[in-house]
Amino acid sequence: MTETRYTKDHEYARVEGDVAVVGISDHAQQQLGDVVFVELPAVGVKLAKGDGAAVVESVKAASDVFAPVSGEVIEVNGAVDAQPGLINEDAMGRGWLLKIKLADAGELASLMSEADYAAFLKTLA
Amino acid sequence: MADSATLKTPLHALHVELGARMGPFAGYDMPIQYASGILAEHLHARSHAGLFDVSHMGQAELVGPDHAAVAAALERLCPADFLALAPGRQRYSQLLNAEGGIIDDLMVSRPPGADGKLNLVVNAARKAVDFEVLEANLPSSVRLNRLDRLALVALQGPAAVHVLQRLAPASGVSAMSFMAARPVQLGRFAAFVSRSGYTGEDGFEIALPADEVDAFARRLLADPEVAPIGLGARDSLRLEAGLCLYGHELDETIDPIEADLAWSIQKRRRVEGGFPGAARIQAALASGPARRRVGIRPDGRAPARDGAEIFDAAGAPVGVVTSGGFGPSVGQPIAMGYVASPAAALGTALSLMVRGRSLAAKVSPLPFHPHAYHRG
Repeated sequence: MTETRYTKDHEYARVEGDVAVVGISDHAQQQLGDVVFVELPAVGVKLAKGDGAAVVESVKAASDVFAPVSGEVIEVNGAVDAQPGLINEDAMGRGWLLKIKLADAGELASLMSEADYAAFLKTLA
Repeated sequence: MADSATLKTPLHALHVELGARMGPFAGYDMPIQYASGILAEHLHARSHAGLFDVSHMGQAELVGPDHAAVAAALERLCPADFLALAPGRQRYSQLLNAEGGIIDDLMVSRPPGADGKLNLVVNAARKAVDFEVLEANLPSSVRLNRLDRLALVALQGPAAVHVLQRLAPASGVSAMSFMAARPVQLGRFAAFVSRSGYTGEDGFEIALPADEVDAFARRLLADPEVAPIGLGARDSLRLEAGLCLYGHELDETIDPIEADLAWSIQKRRRVEGGFPGAARIQAALASGPARRRVGIRPDGRAPARDGAEIFDAAGAPVGVVTSGGFGPSVGQPIAMGYVASPAAALGTALSLMVRGRSLAAKVSPLPFHPHAYHRG
């Protein structure tokens, strides 16, 4: 069973076993607009929760993507590197950015659930 | 500026109705983009026609006893030759400070049939400063009238001329050449039209009464070739066209020669001077400026933004990026910036500092996307 958790900065972490698939939420891609460039970390890099993990650039501006959880980067999505528009098309699916091997599964509890995130978005409107 | 970001153009309600994402610009609440997004808007303006609300810009007229008097008054503040500006023509120039730095850039047109009048269009963020400078420096025979009741829209792109011709077949707009400017009856709308713009495309800038612009804009948007375009795409279009944006490529420390705008200073003025900062500008014309505005292409796919530092091949700092991003029509990142003149030659290898890393780049010709002006 997979579960998706969110940060207040609109990153998501979809938990698959001891791995978190990280990307930006659909709300975030809508706010950013057309993504034209993505800078991904190197595989093997160890990130602490809150570290800069990637950079997503739209036509307008560059935005940092912060690691929602701590751990080692075990894979990055080469498809978004070649085709950044995937993030606009399918942020939660094919537009994922990186996979982190969870260093501390307990950190997930500090992130928002799907329902909490939906409620959080309503406060921003 | 904080509490002045509430100014609205006469098209504000239309932008909201069209689903625009609004944001502050020069004290106005302006459309940044509409639902289709900046990329699609940009490409639409290059392939069809885009409608831009530029009513936030400052419009004014200089009125005096005859053309010579009005032209002379403006020539004391700007380096262009306005005396030789023919009726029905428009010219680009800059308002200069005493050191030859650019207070603002502006469009100046001479309406046909009126002796002693010039129309000015200046930047929104600078209009208060500009009008103060103008009023403080005009002779008593020439006065400045602010035209605050005029709205301004731009229709840009290869289909712009067809759209206006369909709207007003008898208007004769297709016969206007680039930088022509005259009153035009567009159906029931009496407008002042120039064949000019800020995208590098063929197109028109259309001034008409603020209380009529909503109806006019809706008429244009009813044409299937026309889409509304926000400030986001306006910026990417002008960057690809190599056009300066005040506050980025132009400010009070930069002179027109450094900005690569020598083409806008006609020969008589270069020789005679008689404008603010003439000594500095004439010296820069004779022996070259110390720094120069250039086009820059990063080698990879990462854009470099405004403020990125520029280094030469030896690692010495040579300048700074003033505008940068992704060029939707170019399909690659593009930038403009100022570099020391030895580093300004086309093809010069540079490196740009982006997020603590150095990106390889080259000095590249401007514009990035070819201009498509109707030179007639």
